Parts: sequence; structure tokens; C-alpha cells
Amino acid sequence: MSEAPQLPRAARAFVSFVALLRANGFAIAPEQTTAFLQAIQLLGPRSPSDIRQAGLATLAPPPERRAAYDMLFRIHFLGGEGVPGAEGEDEEVVRLQEEGRGDEEPPLADDANVSGEMAVRAEALAERRFGPSGPSDALRRLAREAPTRLPRRRGHRRMRARRGPWADLRRTLRESVRNDGEVMRLGRLKRRPRPRKMLLLIDVSGSMKARSEDNLRLAHTLVQATPNVEVFTFGTRLTRVTRALRLKHREQALAAAAHLVSDWDGGTRIGEALQAFLAVPRFGGYARGAVVLILSDGLERGDLSALRDAVAKLSRRAWRLSWLTPLAVGSSFVPQTEALIAIRRFVDDMVDGGSSAAVVAHVISLRQRRAA
Amino acid sequence: MAVRGTIGGIDSPEALEKALRAAYYLADEGIATAAYLALALGKPLLLEGAPGVGKTEAAKAIAAILGRRLIRLQCYEGIDASAALYEWNYPRQMLAIRQAGDETIDIYGETFLIERPMLAALRAPDSTVLLIDEIDRSDQEFEAFLLEFLSDFQISIPERGTIRAAERPVVVLTSNRTRDLHEALRRRCVYHWIDYPTAEREARIIMIRASSVAEATARAVVAAVGKLRREPLSKAPGVAEAVDWAEAATLLNKGGARWPDAFKRSIGVALKDEEDLAFIAGRLDALIAEAAA
Repeated sequence: MSEAPQLPRAARAFVSFVALLRANGFAIAPEQTTAFLQAIQLLGPRSPSDIRQAGLATLAPPPERRAAYDMLFRIHFLGGEGVPGAEGEDEEVVRLQEEGRGDEEPPLADDANVSGEMAVRAEALAERRFGPSGPSDALRRLAREAPTRLPRRRGHRRMRARRGPWADLRRTLRESVRNDGEVMRLGRLKRRPRPRKMLLLIDVSGSMKARSEDNLRLAHTLVQATPNVEVFTFGTRLTRVTRALRLKHREQALAAAAHLVSDWDGGTRIGEALQAFLAVPRFGGYARGAVVLILSDGLERGDLSALRDAVAKLSRRAWRLSWLTPLAVGSSFVPQTEALIAIRRFVDDMVDGGSSAAVVAHVISLRQRRAA
Repeated sequence: MAVRGTIGGIDSPEALEKALRAAYYLADEGIATAAYLALALGKPLLLEGAPGVGKTEAAKAIAAILGRRLIRLQCYEGIDASAALYEWNYPRQMLAIRQAGDETIDIYGETFLIERPMLAALRAPDSTVLLIDEIDRSDQEFEAFLLEFLSDFQISIPERGTIRAAERPVVVLTSNRTRDLHEALRRRCVYHWIDYPTAEREARIIMIRASSVAEATARAVVAAVGKLRREPLSKAPGVAEAVDWAEAATLLNKGGARWPDAFKRSIGVALKDEEDLAFIAGRLDALIAEAAA
């Protein structure tokens, strides 16, 4: 071939649609673009619906962003008006019931992760910007010790061991071949330990203002240091920020998370937030057998019985449930607020969450605590 | 990449939808299109959705209409190559070495190889459909291993060399989305998110699946199940549960139970979580009465 083949004129609109999706935060690989073009050719296309379906199948937008995909599709191919969040619920954000707020009710947060100029939002919810700051000593300690000192469980994969319940037939055979089929030593296998799942529920309401930024930094360090960590924030909404925190670059990750969370420094109804969390089966599953850390002061404005039920349920699912509150200082902490007294018996640890160093120290100590 | 266009006489999403209907699977436009594209482009089909929306059924129906054998690989935590791909028959190898005496034998010959689902599909790509079920239950190591398989449809057995599929096999993957799959895996596949069916479609599914169920019963069950899915339950009833519920209620009704009562007594097949049952118990009568109306 003497020169690079030109893109057919008809294909340009489709390729530029992919570019538009990418500009709006959809991760699309070149091979997916190729598949998209092939799919359109296969389908005809006979209608805009064919193009939309081809895109859904080959470009694979995640289901919780399908509303954003549809909006961009309408804008690009049908020349429609971009009305963010006109349809669909964002699965990653669960709004709690608002009471007595009258006409001030903010609209649905289904566009919470549409970025750029598309995300012109009417809602007057707070947005937080974080100033850059280097990792503190506590976070450095967490990053260093997380791989070896966090709680583990026995996994289902096997590894070589001196002693163990299973014979390592593969290795034994290979060694026996060297000895003319004589088995000199039987290799053994045991279960390989795995890091335990972790779930962080971070209170971002007004009363936790002083701590929420640090807590999010800590969550980022944890997500980076160990697999299977899920992070949610709650206040007047419940938001899953795990995906944002997976970005390696700290400031970028925090900015992305801050953008997702739209209920900074507002009110909170912890009980309802936890119930909303448990009500989404996909989310509720994250707590099963996990190390659950709730970073909240437990200043409940809502219904105490809702809080008690939710914490009891969470406690039954979790491997160990820790409540880290800035109000608990010192080892002889006795809860004073009604809410904390109500949930005391369901919580394994109720300890100091007043500084990153204290939280990190608690997280690192969990393995020994459980064993004790 | 080979674009086939036609496979097994199916040349459009509509043709596929019709064939699936003949195999008792009611597909909507989205899944028919995605499945057709997967077949035509020779890519794996990744189906995600809540438990009980018919992901596995879709794979079975696709195998049925293509007239191929379905090979199912159920994933679980810790699944590895020896369970998914191949394994050597070690005791047999060991015996063979001992019996061989002074003769030389090839202990990595065909007789010592135990074929697992992925190898079986690779060796007979024109007569099988490989279903990799509930991929989200496996761990990340297995997902990475799968990536290699799905991009080239070849595997290497160190003792025997590389085995490549003669043509692209039909592969269907399902996930309940209990965790996020790796982006690279989603990229390799044609993707479809299966939602709960519309009320109309679900009623038809119930009547196709359970022929004893009357239309009025099916509609009442669909309405009730639709309401239940809007409640904050830890396990919402899927399509399979709706079919079971309709069938169970019909059975009780034939045994002499009155209508609203038959629904209520058989709720256990639709809601299987004690906490969910307790949560809904107070409103169950009203909910069923409303749905049956």
C-alpha cells in the first residue's frame, strides 16, 4: 500500500461520535471503534435506532452511564437538545428521601458523572475543591503497611507449602520423572491467603466538615494500596466514589470524587443512608464478609430506629464493623449521644476517628484485634 | 477479523429474534442486536444484569438455534486453568512411567490430557457454544487469563505447544455485576445489559415457560413482581422467580386455594430472604389485591 487509506466520508460521523464519547469520560479502545463501524455496516443501518444499538453493543457504555450515552447520541445524530438527566437514574448515586425542604428540593442526580460543559447543573449543591497537599506521615504508613498488615482471609487458590491438606500432583510428577518414576517426596498445597474486602462509608455532612477531606485522601491511599476496597460517601445522598478513587494520581482522583459527591457539608440522616446502601443488592454485597469502616460522628438527625436496624444488618454481614468518630478520644471512650448509645452493641469497635493517624492505626491493628 | 454476516442462516437481528422465539426465548431488540453482532463479528457476547433476568437462558437458546452443544463453565472463586482449560491425568502418567520400564513413552500424549470446557470449545468451534457463567465470581487472575483466550482464541500448553481454534468459537459470558469487571474484558466483547423485561413481555415469558398458567394469573404476577422490584429488597424477584410464582399459585389454586390466597401462600418462591419477607409482610395483602385487580 502506498498511502494510508482514507476514512470514507460516511464513516466520519460515527468516528466523531466516538470522539465525543471519549471527551465525556467514556473509555473506548480503538478496536471498539472498529467493531462499531463493522456493526453499523452489518445492520444496514436502516434507522438511528440501529446505530444506537450498535454503539451500545460494541462501545459498551457502563449501564449506570447509559442515560449520558443516550443524551450524547441524541445531540450528535439527532441534533437534539442536551437536557442532562432527562431520563434514567444514575445507579451510583442513591438519593435519600428529603423531608420538609419544600421547593428547594434539588433535581435528580442522574447526571452526576457527566463531565465538561454537558454537566450544566441547575442544582445548587455544594462542590468542593481540594487544595494540593503532600501525603502525610499517616498515609505514607498506610501505603507502606497495607500490603502486609491488613486483614486477610483464606482464599480458594492453592499454593505450594511444606504442609497442607492437598497433594501437589503436578510438582510431584515432574520431580518423579527425574527419578525414573520414583516418588521421593510428595509436594503439598495449601490455600493462599487473600486480602479481605474492605468497605469505607464516609460521612460528608456539615458536622464532619473538618474530617471529610482527610478521610477521602485516606480512602484513596487504601484503594491504591490494596484490591477489593469499596468507598461510599453519604450525607443527603449515597454516592459510590470507588471508581474515581481508582485513578492513580491523587489530586486527579480527589477532584473526580469531589465532583461526583454533590452533598458536601449538608445535613445527614445516617440511618437512611445506610438503609439505602443495603437496599441496592450490588452495594449490600460489598459488605458481606468485609472489613467495614464507618467514618462518621453519629450525629443523627433522622430516625434512631432506622439507624439501629441498618447498623444491626450491616454488623451481621460484616466480618468486623468499626465506627470511627472524632468524638471518641482516648481508649476509655463512653458514647454520650443517643445515636451512638443505640448502636453500641452492634459495633465491634467504636474508636477515635479524629485524625488520619488514629484511623490508620486502627486499620492496621484490625488483624490483631480480630485474632485476640 | 472475519466478519461473517450470516451464521447458521441468520442474517439480521430480526431473523435471530424470530429464531430465538421459536426456541422459547423472547428477546428484545437490544439483546437480539447484540447477539447478532457478536455472532457476525466473531466476538464473545458479554451479558450483564441482575440475577434472574435470563442471561444463562439466552446462552442456552443461542446454542439451541445454532444446533450446537452448550459447554458450560461455571465460575467460582479460585477457578484456574486446571479447572477451565486442561489438566494432566497425573495418576495415569505415573503408572505409565512405571510400566514403561526401559521403553520410552510420551507422558504428555493425548491419552493423558483431560479436556476441560475451554479446551473442548477450542477444539470443536463449529459445533459448540461456550458459556462462561457468572464471571464476576472468579478472581482477577482468572479474568486476566480469560483475556488472552478471548482475544486470540488460542491457548498454549507448555508440554504440547499452542492450540488454535480453526474458526472463532461462539462464546457467551454472563455476569451478575457483583463486582466491576476489568475494562479490557468489556472491550473484547460485544456487550449487553439485560434489564428486567417490560410487563407485556414478562407476561408472555411466563405463559411460554409455564403452559399451565392462565393469562390473568400471569398478568397479576407480573404486576405484583413489578411492585416488589421497586421496593428496597436485598434480593428482588427475577424473571425465573416470577415464572415459579405463577406456576406455584396456579398449582395451589387447582388444589382448592382461592385466588388472592394462592398468591399469598406461594410468596416464598418469589421472595427468598427472611428479612425481605418480614419487610413486605404488612403490605403484602394490599399489594397482591392491587396487582390482581
